[in-house]
Amino acid sequence: MTSRLLLPAALRRYAGEEAEVEIRGGTLGEALDDLAVRLPQLERRLRDEQGQLRPHVLMFVNGVSVRSGSPMETPVGDGCEVFVAPAVSGGRS
Amino acid sequence: MGLAILLIGTRKGLMIARSTDDRQTWAVDDFQFLNQEVYSVALDTRQDPPRIFAGVGTGHWGPLLTYSDDLGKSWTEPEEPPIGFPQGSDASVDRVWQIQPATDQQPDVVYAGVEPHALFRSDDRGQSFALVEGLWEHPDRPKWTPGGGGACLHTVLPHPTNPDDVLVAMSAAGVYRTRDGGATWHPANRGIQAAFLPEDQRFPEFGQCVHKVAFHPDKPQRLFAQNHFGVYRSEDRGDSWTPIESGLPSNFGFALVAHPHRPETLYSFPLQADAERFPPEAKLRVYRTEDAGANWEPISKGLPADPYYAAVLRDAMVADRGDPAGVYFGTRLGEVYASRDDGDSWSLIASHLPDILSVRVAEIA
Repeated sequence: MTSRLLLPAALRRYAGEEAEVEIRGGTLGEALDDLAVRLPQLERRLRDEQGQLRPHVLMFVNGVSVRSGSPMETPVGDGCEVFVAPAVSGGRS
Repeated sequence: MGLAILLIGTRKGLMIARSTDDRQTWAVDDFQFLNQEVYSVALDTRQDPPRIFAGVGTGHWGPLLTYSDDLGKSWTEPEEPPIGFPQGSDASVDRVWQIQPATDQQPDVVYAGVEPHALFRSDDRGQSFALVEGLWEHPDRPKWTPGGGGACLHTVLPHPTNPDDVLVAMSAAGVYRTRDGGATWHPANRGIQAAFLPEDQRFPEFGQCVHKVAFHPDKPQRLFAQNHFGVYRSEDRGDSWTPIESGLPSNFGFALVAHPHRPETLYSFPLQADAERFPPEAKLRVYRTEDAGANWEPISKGLPADPYYAAVLRDAMVADRGDPAGVYFGTRLGEVYASRDDGDSWSLIASHLPDILSVRVAEIA
């Protein structure tokens, strides 16, 4: 169950300057748990220490925002694209 | 004095200024942590090499606590998250407000004060921090409220000779003190008024909006506190407080700095009022007392004469350990002023920066 995590430029330094990395798991939460083992500095910029998506991080699975409901329960898997973006709400000052 | 390092944390990055001529001139490096807020900085000179810490707010990507062992040329972020609440505690670190190396007797201990109200302690010189459970589990905590800047633990004052005695200050929870190394804590606000509460509730046990606490290491029983309306002195390490504001133009402000060698001398930067956060009369002046708050004098030599409408935040004023002492402050207008004569006169050493959040200084041997 491998998805592609597509990264904004600001986060690529934590992924060896790659624009995307593979993440493995059947749900978004499992896939980010896998990321936390391999690239912990990248994962903790997406989720806080309680495993919750940071307030100003947007994620889209195959183009659909996961903000509402239980984001970490979102099914992901082979062929899925998980797109990460900084929300404009986080861009104060 | 050899190399003096001045850390300038701003709303949009960190600048490091260096002086090699006894603080007469300063060279300012390029910005680091571009477009990221640097709320807290610290210079830990207890071991060699000295370590610089920065508490960086990365905006979208959460807080970062990082350090440099080469005076800011490169920065280290540990693989494991250096700071965070235990899983299941239903809290996450929003901002690192304060990084405070402990005393010389504990060269590996570093404290961090964060938002929401919590204290963390590192026993490995800042590689990893653990929550101080005694404060986090305090029965008062559900009643603590955030100040205007947030629910921040912004001041940590370890006793200079007794490692078990640590004092913290939080907005708007007040001052708390432990005498057993952090296991238990008790509020230390008797005599401090919470002027924003109803008249019959203005001297609560806790809930005051303390903005900064300072003390001189030779006299750790004597504390000074700048509150949200009120400047106070304690002679019993926080058991009781008395006002020392009668000689000041206002009892509102944030920054408060003790002189490095004279326990009677203190520097303040008063603001007109909480709804008028400008220097009184729009005059950029530092206020100094040399008798522990009985009398205050404004100092303006070398400071702009034109009207000045920017404040100085709680961690944006500091003193070095030189003799005479250097005193430094950064304004929300992005200017840094320095004095190398105990505050008698000032000069501008950096300008046109983003608003300044934190300033720290140290001499490097």
